[in-house]
Amino acid sequence: MLVGVKLTAGAWVEPATTIDTKTGAWRSFKPVWSPEKCIKCYLCIDLCPEGAISALPLDEDGKKTGIQVDYDYCKGCGICAAECPTQSYEMVPEEK
Amino acid sequence: MIENTVVEGSYAVAEAVKLCRPKVISAYPITPQTHIVEDLSQMVADGEIDCEYVVVESEFAAASVVMGASTAGVRTYTATTAQGLFLMYEVLYNIAGSRLPINMTCANRAPSAPISIWNDQQDSVAVRDAGWIQIYCEDSQEIHDFQPIAHKVGENPRIRLPVMTMMDGFILTHTYEPIKRMEQEEVDQFLPPYDPVVKLDCARPLTFGAFAMPDTYHEIRYMLNRAMMNSKGVLEDAFKEFGEVFGREYHPYFEEYRTEDADIILMTMGSLAGTIKDAVDRLRDDGEKVGLLKLRTARPWPGAELRKALDHASVMAVIEKDISLGHEGTISSDLKTAFHHHDGPLIHSFVAGLGGRDIRVSDIKWAYEKAKSLREPVDGSIWVGLNHDIIPEVV
Repeated sequence: MLVGVKLTAGAWVEPATTIDTKTGAWRSFKPVWSPEKCIKCYLCIDLCPEGAISALPLDEDGKKTGIQVDYDYCKGCGICAAECPTQSYEMVPEEK
Repeated sequence: MIENTVVEGSYAVAEAVKLCRPKVISAYPITPQTHIVEDLSQMVADGEIDCEYVVVESEFAAASVVMGASTAGVRTYTATTAQGLFLMYEVLYNIAGSRLPINMTCANRAPSAPISIWNDQQDSVAVRDAGWIQIYCEDSQEIHDFQPIAHKVGENPRIRLPVMTMMDGFILTHTYEPIKRMEQEEVDQFLPPYDPVVKLDCARPLTFGAFAMPDTYHEIRYMLNRAMMNSKGVLEDAFKEFGEVFGREYHPYFEEYRTEDADIILMTMGSLAGTIKDAVDRLRDDGEKVGLLKLRTARPWPGAELRKALDHASVMAVIEKDISLGHEGTISSDLKTAFHHHDGPLIHSFVAGLGGRDIRVSDIKWAYEKAKSLREPVDGSIWVGLNHDIIPEVV
């Protein structure tokens, strides 16, 4: 039972509700990235439909270091794993 | 003193819409609605009205355009009929669910198949559950007068619902008859500018058309239904105020014609009321105790008001130009609910005039005699004026 909120006529809501809604809970397969094979092409960042993949900070020499997945919002669609040219992602079943 | 002027029914609507000062109109032309939106596009092109007229590729787009414009906080109008209304179906629910006070005219026409451009009321009846207030008009004066009422009721901050006003295709849309035309000053006095409670606004971003989980959807539908129920009081106030400003009095839900001492009351919606009034006069001349109840507002359903008005009748004959296939005329079904567990008249359902079939005084007299002769309720509807010669054995 929902408490502490009031609905609106017409069901409009304050913006940024997608930040509050942790869609990562929908995931049944989790993409796990391994740095070994990654060539830092960052194709996965561009292709992720949820914007859940981002680049890690550059190192001291200004070189790319890899990516991180935000599992709060990753729905486990597997596009990153399917499109990665070096198979750097493994789709691992979620255990619940 | 306002003189009567003779105008086409479609023009009577278009001019009234213009006087309501909408900011966005979008429509796709479809017979018999075409003249309404042609007139309005001409008014916009001639600079008579400060309004965007958005030309679209379909009725789905027309409904979507006015939905977007209404969300952005302006007064909007569209018009359609039959197939066009059905193409809008999904958007009709979106508009009502989003509580947008869009004003639409439905020029009633029979649905395909087979293709018919002529009048019945199956189209608007088929969308009666979508969450739109539905008001049926008998003549051009009513369709003219009810445009500002539609905006005033729908835009009320406590209601915020779309409103559909119905006029019979061709019978009203293409007929010239005298009406008293509203003046701009009167309409401005009656209908203030639209002041939306919320709107799409870059300065205050909000999410519209969001998704609702099972823990909220049920309540949101409850609120929509309650707004529909609450609109009754607002309708009553609006019709009353209309009478004060314009000097033309209308009952918000129905009109009674010679019903005071009537044993048998005929009931209908729209232009057929005119024919039935003639039939009632002739039957009264023959000593029959008969009257007419013309239903004006079909949603919200005025059940308690109808029960009070009709409880003295022994028989009701509901003559309507629609049917819930496999059941009976829809207004007949609705009327039966008004008398559930109350003493009331025997109610008979008559289906007449589908696809533009003329309904004559003789047809009404036939329905009256039939209703008078039936002592028991019958299942389903009685069809008026069927030509049995052309109906094959295997239907």
